[in-house]
Order: sequence, then structure tokens, then C-alpha cells
Amino acid sequence: MSAAIASIPYAVSPPVSVAQTRHLTKTYGSVTALRDVDFELRRGELLALLGPNGAGKTTLVRMLLGLANPDSGRVTVFDADPREEAMRYRVGAMLQVARVPETLKVREHIDLFSSYYPNPLPVAETLRIAGLEDLKDRRFGELSGGQRQRVLFAISICGDPDLLFLDEPTVGLDVEARRLMWTQIRALVARGKTVLLTTHYLNEADALADRILVLQHGSIVAEGTSAEIKARAIGKQVRFTSRLTPEEIRGIAGVLSVTSDRQKHEVQVQAAEPVVRELLNRDSWLTDLEVTSAGLEEAFLALTQNHNSNGSN
Amino acid sequence: MAATTITTQLAVPQRSLRSLAGLFAKEAKYEVLKNIRIPIYAASTIVFPLMFYVLFGIVLTPNNPVNRSEDATYLLATMGTFGVMGASLFGFAVSLAMERGQGWLQVKRASPMPLAAYFTAKLVSAMLFSGAIALALLAIGFTFAHVRLAPVRAAELVGILVMASIPFGAMGLTLGYIAKPNSAPAVVNLIYLPLSFCSGLWIPIFLLPKFLREVARVLPPFHISQLALRAVGMSRDAYSVSAHVQALAGFTLLFLGIAVVLYRRDEGQLYG
Repeated sequence: MSAAIASIPYAVSPPVSVAQTRHLTKTYGSVTALRDVDFELRRGELLALLGPNGAGKTTLVRMLLGLANPDSGRVTVFDADPREEAMRYRVGAMLQVARVPETLKVREHIDLFSSYYPNPLPVAETLRIAGLEDLKDRRFGELSGGQRQRVLFAISICGDPDLLFLDEPTVGLDVEARRLMWTQIRALVARGKTVLLTTHYLNEADALADRILVLQHGSIVAEGTSAEIKARAIGKQVRFTSRLTPEEIRGIAGVLSVTSDRQKHEVQVQAAEPVVRELLNRDSWLTDLEVTSAGLEEAFLALTQNHNSNGSN
Repeated sequence: MAATTITTQLAVPQRSLRSLAGLFAKEAKYEVLKNIRIPIYAASTIVFPLMFYVLFGIVLTPNNPVNRSEDATYLLATMGTFGVMGASLFGFAVSLAMERGQGWLQVKRASPMPLAAYFTAKLVSAMLFSGAIALALLAIGFTFAHVRLAPVRAAELVGILVMASIPFGAMGLTLGYIAKPNSAPAVVNLIYLPLSFCSGLWIPIFLLPKFLREVARVLPPFHISQLALRAVGMSRDAYSVSAHVQALAGFTLLFLGIAVVLYRRDEGQLYG
């Protein structure tokens, strides 16, 4: 053990940051893809970058991989500039790609990418982890969408990297294939890998992530555990049947939004009790009352819509 | 201790020369496999020049056996140049434009693949296809068109055509950085076919009008074909070998220079 390694200050005090950005900004022409983004990825965690299409998730991943230069701000991965070659030996990336050479076989793609890394997994092991053993001699062009995603996943893990970037790994997969991919991602985290996952599937972030960052219009609008995100967002959802008009309901203090179908109403509220009390005051015939905690899906929608209306004011 | 601290330490693993050579070889092997399995690539790069050679060198030639074998020998050099230009332009320009534009190059660049391995593989593939074209043309010429060449001359011809992959590959590299994935095949054909004609690959250069002969001097295929004609003993041009080689070296550097500029422009943008 050399003195240089021992002197790294935060190496002994967890959590260890493996990647971070400071005031990161990137524009493509007139589009601001990222705006003053500060974030940190800690060793061993699975961080989900959640946001709608065009929120800047892929741009952030590209910059962390050194594939795009920041306009301003700083990106570091393993304490180095990600454009440095050294970083790539410890990083694996599953990127969205329009077309992969179709005439090479699954085994050949993995064999080639494995050869780029100093200590790759055996090809057979990579095939096993990605569930591709039976498909190893198929040409890429003969695979279904889900199988193709698994090959891209295999390519990202074949070098046995410490840090994985998975950009929308389950996009276009059916439910079963998605669950399978989730199991594989969880297994990687269990083996001590750090994973940054981007997704616009809310249940995916909820199911997998230790921590969630919500990105919208190039800015981070929320950060925390799934539970924290839920708590920070709209707390409760109230459903009921009533003769009250949506306008009347909207007038009640604490009501954030109302969706109505004739006399059936669905109301987002911060705290349920005062709103329910007021509703019953105004309409004692109110029926079918139901209060539920907002899932991440609603939380996310509300979060981004909220941010939207604030932004446009 | 080591387990907790080593994570933040970043060092470039030293690749042994042997593993690096293995990596380059593997990249080249799979580039060749990839191309050879694309029917349209194999067909348009190998079958077309052979077909044209059979057509113009054997079927549509005078009945006089002397002229016939002379024409077939001449066309060996010019159709050979035509063939290797196609192999290099399609192998570099079209595949690079596609892999770049469709995100595949980004996937590769996110890995520790040395960029040099990627381009070297394309060059090796182009050279291999060029060699195959040259040998196939020779075989057809010897078998069906009474071509008689000393083995040394035939070897020289193959060597020149294989080496032609370098200037043509550099040209393809530039085109690959200019063209969009969908338009790349059309762009290549738009350049490839007129360039072949103006360089005297279809109609012998000495039969072209004077102004076209002047234009040909600034076209790389003209210089390749003249070197190839010299190898088969059918050159009529006034330039020396070194003049051709210098011109080709100049073109290669020019194209590489443009490619580097375009690569830098790409760097940090959306593409690889």
C-alpha cells in the first residue's frame, strides 16, 4: 500500500464519491440541455436519474463518460476528468444506440468488447449474467428488441467495471424482460458496483434506486430516496363522489389539483385532513371517500408540473 | 485497507505489447467478418469490378487476340483501381458515417478501445478486400483473357492496389465525417463514379479530351491507376513514379488533415 493511496482524504470516510458535477451547463445550439447541475454519485449506490424525455439525462451521462464537453462547470469521475483514458477502464456504459452492427454474433460482440479491458469477465460469465447463453451464436440482426438490449447490457458489464452507466436500459422491453433486467441490475449492486441509471419509468426508479434525482429541463428539481421524493411532493390523493363542482373544490385551501369525471373527483392535496374536513362541511352527502398516499408516479408528475408552472411565471 | 482506498485511485493499466497487438488483431478480424457478411458490401465491392472487367475486358473486346490481351491487361490496372477505390470508400466512408451517426461509435468510445484500433481495423479490412479484388481480377485475366504477366509484375500490381487503400481510405475517412448515415452510400457513389471516369478508369486516359486529362492530374485514382499501369508495363504517362507517390502522399495528408478537423468539431458534440 503506497503512501499516495493512503493520503486520499475521503477514502476512509464513507460515503465515497465516485463521480460528481459542479455547476455543469451544456447547451446544444439554442437548447439548454443542462443548467447548473450539481450532483454526486456515491460508491455502491444505485442512483436513478428520473425525468421525461428531453430532460437532459442522456446529456449528463454523455458528459460523465467524457463523450461531450461541458460549456461550463466541472465533471469528475474517480477524481479525474472523464475525458482521460484511465477512467474508461473502470466504467461500463449501456447507451441508447440506433443501430448496432448486425452481422456480428452476440458472442463476437462480447469477445471484442472484453478485449478492451485489462481484467474482463470470462465471455461465458458475461453471457450468463446477461441471460444470453442460448443466443450466443445468433447474429445481432436476428435478435428481438429485448435481446438486443441484453447484448448492450452485456457489453457494459463485460469489463467487470466498478461504475456502470445505464441509459434507459429497459426502454422498449416488455414487462417480463424488464423484471429480468431489474434482477440483473440488483445483482450488480449486490456485488458492490455503483450504478447510475436513467429512466423515465417511474416505477423503475422506485423499484431499483437507493436515491433518485428528478431532472427536468436540464435542472435537478428533486433529490432523495423514493420515500423522500414522495414526501416532498404532494402528500395525498383524495377520491370521492360529490355534487360539488371542480371550481368549488379547487377553491378549498390546500387543494393542489382536481381531476373530475362528472361527480367523481380526484384531488391532490398536501395534507388530507383539513381538506377532507372542509369537503364534508360543504357537502354532507359526499360518498366513496378514499384517501391514498401518492405513489412516486403522481409525485413525479406533480413535481415536474409544479416546477413547470413556477418556471413559466 | 486496500479494499476501501483503492477505489478512488485511478491509474492507466499498462497493456502489454502482446495484449495490445491481440486487441488490434481482434478489432480487425471482426471488422472483416462484419463486412464480409454484409451481402451488399461484398457484392458491390468485389462483384461489380469483376463484372465490369469481364464485360469490358473479355466480352466487348476486338476479336484480334493481341489487342484483346492488351486491353485486358490495361483494364486489369484500371478496373483494379476502380475496385479498390470502392472497397476503401465504402469500407471507410459508409461504415464510419453509419457507426458515427447511429450511435455505435459512441458505445465504442465509452469503452477503453483505443481509437487507433478502430481505424486500423477499417484499413486492414479495406486492404484485404483490395487484395482479394486484385487477385480475382488477375485470375480472370490469366484464365479467360490471355493476359501474360511475369509473376513479379503481377505481385507489384497487387501490392500497388493493396497500398491504394491508404489514400482511398483517407478520402473515405473524410467523407465518413461529412456524410450523414442515410445519405452516405449515395454521397460515395456520387463521388466514386465521376471520379473513376475522370481518372481514366473507364475510358483510357489518353482517349479523354485534353481538359479532362488536366483535371485527372488532381485526382487520386489517376495516380494510382498510372502506377498500376506502370506495373503491368502499359503506362504512357509523362510523370515519374516519385511524382505519383508524392501526389498520393499529399492527397493522403490533406484528407487526414480534413478528417482531424472534422473529428475535433465532432468531439464533445453529439456524435463520436
